[in-house]
Amino acid sequence: MRNFWSRFCRLLPLAATALLAGCHGALLHPAGPIGMAERSIIYTATGLMLVVVAPVIVLVVLVAWHYRASNTKARYEPEWSHSTRIEVVMWSIPVVIVSILGVIAWRSSHKLDPFRHIASPAQPIHVEAVAMDWKWLFIYPDLHIASVNEVAMPVGVPVVFHITSATVMNSFFIPRLGSQIYAMANMQTSDNLVASRTGTFRGISANFSGDGFSGMTFKAVSMSPADFKQWVAKASASSQHLDAAQYVALDKPSENVPVTYYSQVMPNLFEQILAGKFRSGQLLASASAPASARGSK
Amino acid sequence: MFGKLTLSAIPFNVPIVMGAVAFMVLCVIGVLAAITYLGKWKYLWTEWLTSVDHKKIGIMYMILAFIMLLRGFADAIMMRSQQALSYGSNMGYLPPEHFDQVFSAHGTIMIFFMAMPFIIGLMNCILPLQIGARDVAFPLLNNFSFWLTAAGAVLVNVSLAIGNFSRAGWLAYPPLSELHFSPGVGVDYYIWALQISGIGTTLTGVNFIATILKMRAPGMTMTRMPVFVWASLCASVLIVVAFPILTVTLGLLTMDRYLGMHFFTNSLGGDPMMYINLIWIWGHPEVYILILPLFGVFSEIVPTFSGKPLFGYASMVYATMAIAVLSMLVWLHHFFTMGAGPAVNAFYGITTMIIAVPTGVKIFNWIFTMYRGRVRFDTPMLWTIGFLITFTIGGMSGVLLAEPPADFVLHNSLFLIAHFHNVIIGGVVFGVFAGVSYWFPKITGFRLHEGLGKLAFWFWFVGFYVAFMPLYALGLMGATRRMDHYNVAAWHPLFIIAAVGAGIIALGIGTQVLQLVVTFVQREKLRDTTGDPWNGRTLEWSLPSPAPAYNFARIPIVRERDAYWDMKKRGVDLKGSTFVPIHMPRNKATGFIMAGCMFVTGFALVWQIWWLVIAGFAATVATLIRHAFDDDRDYHIGADEVRKSEALYDRVKAGSV
Repeated sequence: MRNFWSRFCRLLPLAATALLAGCHGALLHPAGPIGMAERSIIYTATGLMLVVVAPVIVLVVLVAWHYRASNTKARYEPEWSHSTRIEVVMWSIPVVIVSILGVIAWRSSHKLDPFRHIASPAQPIHVEAVAMDWKWLFIYPDLHIASVNEVAMPVGVPVVFHITSATVMNSFFIPRLGSQIYAMANMQTSDNLVASRTGTFRGISANFSGDGFSGMTFKAVSMSPADFKQWVAKASASSQHLDAAQYVALDKPSENVPVTYYSQVMPNLFEQILAGKFRSGQLLASASAPASARGSK
Repeated sequence: MFGKLTLSAIPFNVPIVMGAVAFMVLCVIGVLAAITYLGKWKYLWTEWLTSVDHKKIGIMYMILAFIMLLRGFADAIMMRSQQALSYGSNMGYLPPEHFDQVFSAHGTIMIFFMAMPFIIGLMNCILPLQIGARDVAFPLLNNFSFWLTAAGAVLVNVSLAIGNFSRAGWLAYPPLSELHFSPGVGVDYYIWALQISGIGTTLTGVNFIATILKMRAPGMTMTRMPVFVWASLCASVLIVVAFPILTVTLGLLTMDRYLGMHFFTNSLGGDPMMYINLIWIWGHPEVYILILPLFGVFSEIVPTFSGKPLFGYASMVYATMAIAVLSMLVWLHHFFTMGAGPAVNAFYGITTMIIAVPTGVKIFNWIFTMYRGRVRFDTPMLWTIGFLITFTIGGMSGVLLAEPPADFVLHNSLFLIAHFHNVIIGGVVFGVFAGVSYWFPKITGFRLHEGLGKLAFWFWFVGFYVAFMPLYALGLMGATRRMDHYNVAAWHPLFIIAAVGAGIIALGIGTQVLQLVVTFVQREKLRDTTGDPWNGRTLEWSLPSPAPAYNFARIPIVRERDAYWDMKKRGVDLKGSTFVPIHMPRNKATGFIMAGCMFVTGFALVWQIWWLVIAGFAATVATLIRHAFDDDRDYHIGADEVRKSEALYDRVKAGSV
């Protein structure tokens, strides 16, 4: 037992350091403006609430202690149970705080809607992301390349992710860049992100999707325009072509899949995945029209 | 002959599971052997299993809940230890197919078979006493409801030994829970366990609404009801509104899985988003079904231990009603990240935040009840203070999550896990323990051992913070929920601390088991002869502990809120000297047998043993019809008998027995 406690005590400073450093994928150290804006909402809202919550917690302890039964000096009013003045105040305080938070919610929901394109002088790039069992496929439709479990982007250039799932529901999430969004079969969601510094960031599925879920991570790499050009060249030079047969092979469940690059991606692959053309055992003569989760694209 | 059921359904080759099964079987055999040895079968059958007495049904609910707490907590320990180990090259000891069952079972058991039976058990034990009634409106239905809940709980636990449990999470989101992705019987166990217990819960809701509206003692107008009764009324209304939605949702999923339909599949027009909406239209009111009655419990405890009436009764009642209504209007906040438009997200974010207003008001009410009071720190009050602090923090992280853009990064992270354990442990679990320690003398006739109760509180309180504060940090570090393995070095120490926290909570639970044992051993010393050990304010304390089968020898007449306080002040003689025969419902086996048949039907449905499905269902209906022809349903306790037992209580109170 003593051994256990000493180990526990040794862990504490370690944990504190980890907390303070918050190095890996920390929401508190965003690498892009979307994440920054979301962090500032977390800070603002927490701060606003603490204005009330911290005194309330102190009040609970102080009132309980001051009016303890053994403190006979404290005032005791055994029949007192109503005061309009106090009740007005105690309804008003949360109303005020919630009103402010509500305004923040309304404004920020619009400003930070994941579907909304990021204003930027740079021309955005489009990436189609497909959640599969259990890996992520990223298609660059304009560049005819694709990659598994790695997505590259030039720093400072907004990226429009078009997202769907070839399997169950997942959630596309790069914690250090901000907003996650669900990936759902037959449906297209959208996520607009931009990295303001170079680096490799952890990407995950944030919605449980079965046995291989924990290994369904990817690397999001933000790089200089020159590096990005090289990355594109590397992928374009890949001997693996992503045609229908290759896609069907990829679609089979697999876990902890290493990064793979594809060149010569078949046109309209994403649209066909969306339409459910490849769904195992469910090849349909005429696939139903895909829907956006938002109703229209 | 046996549908999909073969011997291979029993996981002989998995030592962990077989160990757990062996332990469970040994416990059951031990209990059965003890009953046989003590010759208590007849007593158990006639006095308990077939009982229609709300007090006994309440106790059975709470025994079930406590056993399920142990089971669900075992799952929690497994998750915490797996995540403490499973970093880098170490894969831990639970492969995904087990880990996924463990977290699915943990959530399912803790909500449906731990929290729900605890609050329904408390309502059963106390509510009729508080309104001056002799029983609930439909006593036999009450017994049936309990056995349905128990049948569901048994079905979940059978899945451990025969087949496996769902691996799709506690809400079984499709398409993962559809046949294509979850071909085994796990999801079917989940569905039928919830369907059977869900019927029980719905019937309980009906029963308590009828009881509260129709069976209050004369003079107890709605605005004189104790706040626990108000809160239970709101929770019961929510049950009746929300649970049918769960039944229908699971019914549609069943049709997908059994009949090849496409309500929620990926293909042929199926829409998984519909399921997620529907399940949360039930699921959000559900969390208020859990917490509202416990707000009621705190509203009973704080005045009693402060020696003052509740501050702002009207505010409290309006706040409770407001929460009940608002709880139906916030479900979308569980999936802001699904891609609804900003206006929709903002709407549900704001309605969610509005709930913080009445909830905040309640916190102020409790504080001002203590203000200018004489606060005694017995165990129930310790749990209450622990709740006030913990729940406030949990509420704050909840409102933070209601900001849609904050949720975009915090959703499904361990921050979310920390948040809802913060409100469910800090609110529901602390509330249940507060309520149990408060009413234990009334329920059993003796107090719980005070010292061990306080020790258990401190273990739980400290353990909670050690276990869940690291999860908040992990969430902010980008750790998501339901991972059986990870590669991020910075997370590892925090997961280890969280596991230590779970260990501290385990000490708390161990202390509570010890407390029950010690209490039983010292029961003579701890006996409550007064019937009013805390100087209570509501009617249940006017009765002897434990209350007699008929509760009230004479139905009290209520003139004030805090009815018993008022009677004590005025020196009212509650009993008088004349006694009349009391009309009582007779114990019946109908509920037990019907629920048993439904359990068999459920098991047969899981394994698709169709002849047994038909037989089980037919037996259920036949039992019901047979009951309809049974005229021997009631009896009278004679006036003499009542006089004698009341005289005995008087002598106990006077200290001469």
